[in-house]
Parts: sequence; C-alpha cells; structure tokens
Amino acid sequence: MTRTPLRPLARILNARAKGQNPDVIEKENIRLRHEDMQAKARQRAEGRLLVLGIFFVCAYVAVVGRMGVLATSEPSEPIASAVGSAIAAQRADIVDRQGRILATNFETHSLYAQPRQMIDPEAAATRLAEIFPDLDRDELLEDFTGKRKFLWIKKKISPEQKQAVHDIGDPGLLFGPREMRLYPNGSVAAHVLGGAGFGKEGVSAAEVIGVAGVEKEFDDYLRDPANGDRPLQLSLDLTVQAAAERVLDGGMKLMNAKGATSILMDVHTGEVISVVSLPDFDPNERPRPPTSGFDPSVSPLFNRAVQGVYELGSTFKIFTAAQAIDLGLVAANTVIDIRGPLRWGKFSIRDFHNYGNALTVSEIIEKSSNIGTARLAQQIGADRQRAFLEDLGMLEPTPVEIVEARGGQPLLPKNWSELSAMTISYGHGISTTPMHLAAGYAAIANGGYHINPTVLKQNGPQHGERVMSAEAADAARQMLRRVVTEGTASFARVPGYQVGGKTGTADKPKPRGGYYEDKVIATFASIFPSSNPRYVLVVTLDEPSVIAYGEERRTAGWTATPVAAEMVKRIAPLLGLRPQVEPPQLTDITLTSN
Amino acid sequence: MKSLLYAVTALAVFGLAFWAYRENYATQQVLKETRALQREIGAAQVRLGVLKAEWAYLNRPDRLIGLAELNFDTLGLLPLRPDQFGRVDEVAYPRPPELEITEGVDVSGLNAAAGGEGQP
Repeated sequence: MTRTPLRPLARILNARAKGQNPDVIEKENIRLRHEDMQAKARQRAEGRLLVLGIFFVCAYVAVVGRMGVLATSEPSEPIASAVGSAIAAQRADIVDRQGRILATNFETHSLYAQPRQMIDPEAAATRLAEIFPDLDRDELLEDFTGKRKFLWIKKKISPEQKQAVHDIGDPGLLFGPREMRLYPNGSVAAHVLGGAGFGKEGVSAAEVIGVAGVEKEFDDYLRDPANGDRPLQLSLDLTVQAAAERVLDGGMKLMNAKGATSILMDVHTGEVISVVSLPDFDPNERPRPPTSGFDPSVSPLFNRAVQGVYELGSTFKIFTAAQAIDLGLVAANTVIDIRGPLRWGKFSIRDFHNYGNALTVSEIIEKSSNIGTARLAQQIGADRQRAFLEDLGMLEPTPVEIVEARGGQPLLPKNWSELSAMTISYGHGISTTPMHLAAGYAAIANGGYHINPTVLKQNGPQHGERVMSAEAADAARQMLRRVVTEGTASFARVPGYQVGGKTGTADKPKPRGGYYEDKVIATFASIFPSSNPRYVLVVTLDEPSVIAYGEERRTAGWTATPVAAEMVKRIAPLLGLRPQVEPPQLTDITLTSN
Repeated sequence: MKSLLYAVTALAVFGLAFWAYRENYATQQVLKETRALQREIGAAQVRLGVLKAEWAYLNRPDRLIGLAELNFDTLGLLPLRPDQFGRVDEVAYPRPPELEITEGVDVSGLNAAAGGEGQP
C-alpha cells in the first residue's frame, strides 16, 4: 500500500512560492485520508453486520424449524438407555405361603366388530352364533346392519374360538389383546382372593382391577408396574386350604347345614393358614352380587368368616373365665353357686340341663353353665368386661386384609348394662365374626398376647400387647382341654393332637326380632395341641341338624365338633405336626406369683 | 507455528466429528439390539407365565384328588394320616451286601487238626 505523504514537498514548495499557507494542504490531505479510512471501516462493519445477521437468521431458522418439528411430530422419550421395567408391567401374581400360584395373568383376546367394514353380516352373524352358543343370531344381525360403528361381541375368547372366528374371514370382525386374571385352583380360597374385572377398556388393552378380597385390598400394590415380578405372598397354604374345604364341605352336607365356615390360624404369628366359607364360588366366573331384597348371606359371595356377624354363644364363656382368673377374682377350682334360674328384672338365665347347686369355675366351662358364667360376669362388672373384650379386638372390625372384613362390624349392646354383661359372658347380646373369635382364642393359646389376624405371610411371632396374664391364659387353656376330655366336646378327641376347645350353640335371630326355635349357629372353637398350642381352629355351621341316637340334635357338641375333629385329623399331618403323647398334668406343682 | 495449530485443530475437529458419528451409530445399534433382546425376554416371560399358569392348573387340588381316585387301584393314594409319622430310628439300615464266595476252599477243623499232628 502506498502511503500518500501529508505534506508533499512539491506542492508545499509551490504553495510557499505563491505565498499560500502550506498547512491547508496538509489539512486537506488529512481530511482525505480520514475519509478513506472511514469508508473502509464502514465497509468492514457492514460486512460484519451481514455475517452476524446471517448467523442470527440461521439460528432463528434452526430454532423455529426444531419447534415446528417438535410441534408436528409424536412425542417420545429420548432414549439414553434401555430400561427393563417395561417387560413385566402386568398385574403381579398372588402366591400361597409356599409360593404356589393362586392368581396369575393370562393373555387372551377380545372380539369386537366394526359393522361398516363387514362384507357379509348375515353369514358372520350365523357363524358367530354357531361358535358362541350364548349369542343370538338375530340380535347380532340387527347390530351388524344397524347404525352402530363399533360393538363388543365377547370380552374374553379362547385361542380355539379365536381361530374359529378367524376362519369366518370377515374383515369387520377384529381382535384386541386382553390380559385376563386366572385363578388356576378354581374355587379354592375364592373368598380370600375375591376376583378381578376389567376397568377402562380400549381396543388394544384393558385395565384389570380387583373387585373383591385381597385383589381389591392390594389393588394398588398389584397394579404397580414396579411390583410386576414381586408376587403378593399370602399366609394361606394351598394344600391345607383344599383339604379344609373338602372336609368342611363333607361335614356341612352330613350335618344338613346350609352354610359353614372354618378358620385355621397360627396363634403366634396371626397368619390365617386356611379360611373357608361355604357355599363358595369360582372367582374365574365371579357371580353377580345379589340384588337387594333378601338376606345377603344366601349369596355364595358372602364371606361368613369375616362378614358373618353372629352371636357365637358359649364359646365366649372362656373369655369370662379367663378374665375372672386374670383379675384374681377366682381360681380354676373356686366353687360358684349355680342355682337357677338366675333372675334379673324380667329376664331369667337358665342352663341347658340342671347341673346341681355348685360347680367349680373349671366345671362351669366343661359343662357350659350359663348361670355360672353370668355369676362370674357379675363379679367382673360391665366396664371391665367391655375393656377386656376391646383389648381382644372384639369391638372393632378385624384388621384382616380382605376388603369384606371391614363390613364385619360387631353388634354390641347400646347400653352395656350389668344384664348385658351377664348375657355377653355366655356369648349372647354380642355378635362377632368367627375371625374375631379365632383372634380371641389365639390370645389364650399364645399365653395372653393380643393377635391381629392377617392373610399375609409373616416372619416370626407378631405378639401384640398383653391382654391377660400368662397364668390366666394357662388356666384357660387347661379348661379348654378339659372341655374335650370331660365335658361337652367329647367328639373332639383326636389321638395325639390334644385338642382343647369350647362348643357354642346360639339360636339364630329372626330378621324382625326374637329368635328361631329350631335354627342355630353351632360353633366349635379349638386350640391344638393344647400342651403347647400352635393353631386355632374355629368351625361354624349354619343351621345344622342331625339325627343321632333317635333324636334330632343341633348342639355344637353333636354337629360342629365332629367336623372340627375330622379337620384336625386331616390337617395337622399336613402342617407337619407329629402326634404326641399328652404330657401328664403336674398337679403338685402350682404356678405362683408374688 | 500458528498454521500448524490451525491444522491440528482442524484435524482434531474432523477426528472428533468422526468419532461422534461412529459412537452415535454404535449406540443406536446397541439400543436396537437391546430392544430386540427385551422383546425376546418379554415373549419368554409371557411364555413362562403361561407355562406356570398351566402347571398350576394341572396341579390344582381338585384335579389331583380326581386323579388319585381314578388311579386308586394302582397307586392306592389316601390322605396323610397322623399315624404315618415315623421316627428316624424306625427306618431300617440297608442290608450289607453279601460276600460273594468264589473258588471256595473247604476247611475243616478236624482235617486241620489231623494234618497238624502229622507235622513235626
């Protein structure tokens, strides 16, 4: 680049010669140079602005383009890593205590129709009616040729049916995948499992929701995809449950009962090993709930073990005796005056037989004397009795994890008077479920600790707070054993298993008040083996009646007790209980406490 | 010096771009394989679920009771009874195998005594 000098010598000399100011020339040159520089700078700046402008336009176009793509495309998660949880995202299984499947899922198909796409509706309707005998051809044809665009034909079809429908070859008949709940064991443990149905339904999927039992109680857990491979483990034992159902079903038919229930519970963990309610149903084909207007207990859906609120009669006497001993009012051999009838206002309490003038507390339980227990209740008093039963959990619905159990609210007297206390002492005037009774007997059997019955598998004993002293529980346990060896439950003698228990026969209440003369609820509540109790078994028969020794008999000693004995005989070996020779009672050693 | 730096930088940019390109495709390939594997696992799990359900269905107590009754004359299965519990010491030891005697030699005490007397 050639620099033009600011003061060119030729022009300066020339100007000086002419007498002009040479500085003007310099100024002029400086001005020109500045103009030149300005023009260059301007050009450069404009160029930069252009580049910057293009850059911004490009960036803007990129952003707008990306936004446009995002707005018009289907959203999807950016995939940074492949996660595995999507695989097992189905309803979790339910298994028994040994991991055997009680409920699982099965992939099947639903069948729906789009009549607009149908080619030959008449032939399709005819063939469908042949494949599914419960469908009506004319109704189908009406639907196919009407205005409907879409209709469900079948919610669940088998693979064979699917193939048959496929063979019709009509493009208007379509299949959607369905996941259905399968109960492979049929009616075994039906009342615990409950059942499942479809919630929201779409063509490509339908949600499976629990409608009863543990399926409903643990619906959130079972539906959580995170738990897809972690089955819900129940405390039930499939083998024991099936055996119990079979024995109870046979017993119910032999004793001409219209319903029956049995509960087998571990006394230390509160685990329900088996709970049966008859009549039962198949959860795969869950029947519709009964319409209103009749007794709900007629329906097979009714779970007698946790919903059936009954007066359970003399089985309650042991609680009275145990409390009286616990409070130190009496001992097992204290003699009580039982002369009757015991009058209280207009009410009088009688015994089934006349047992003489006086019995010890132990004999009152053995012979099941109402008057004797009423006398004990008078000593205890209404308030303390109420508190004791509350501690045993008799005043609230049981916490067992079956949805229906919340409906098992015990019926209590409005005013817990002294007369109420006397009748409650022998199990009248208070209505509870058999599950309450099982929990109460478990407290006696485990040495006096409160037990919450549960259908979930537990790891080890779940002893709650103490409700009675170990000595009182021990005395009650021995009394229960003597009921079987000496008293009303002689049919419950099972060699090797030392069953101890108490019978209870209560008249059934009429729906409009009063009691039936010839309908009873017969209950046998037992613990075994009584020298070191491990299980509680409660058997209840609804309206049993059997002819024995030429007489019609309804009492629990003749009806529920033999059924319970048969059940112990069948179930105890399955539980791995080895028959034992009963250790002799050590009469000369007495437990004392200071 | 400066131009060398520029060249190295340009080469580094090329290299990194190529590496990123390759990594991108490798990742996509692995993801595709994983998805295929997961589909396979899912299918296997569905099959496993069906097999488990079938196993449970075939082993349902009602069916087993029916089969036990049906085959009673050959199997003679009955429910477990309390008196069937045994103790370990009631189980007999297996009999010791009998010694096989081959090439037996007749030995008699009389002969031995008589022979013995004959010896010096």
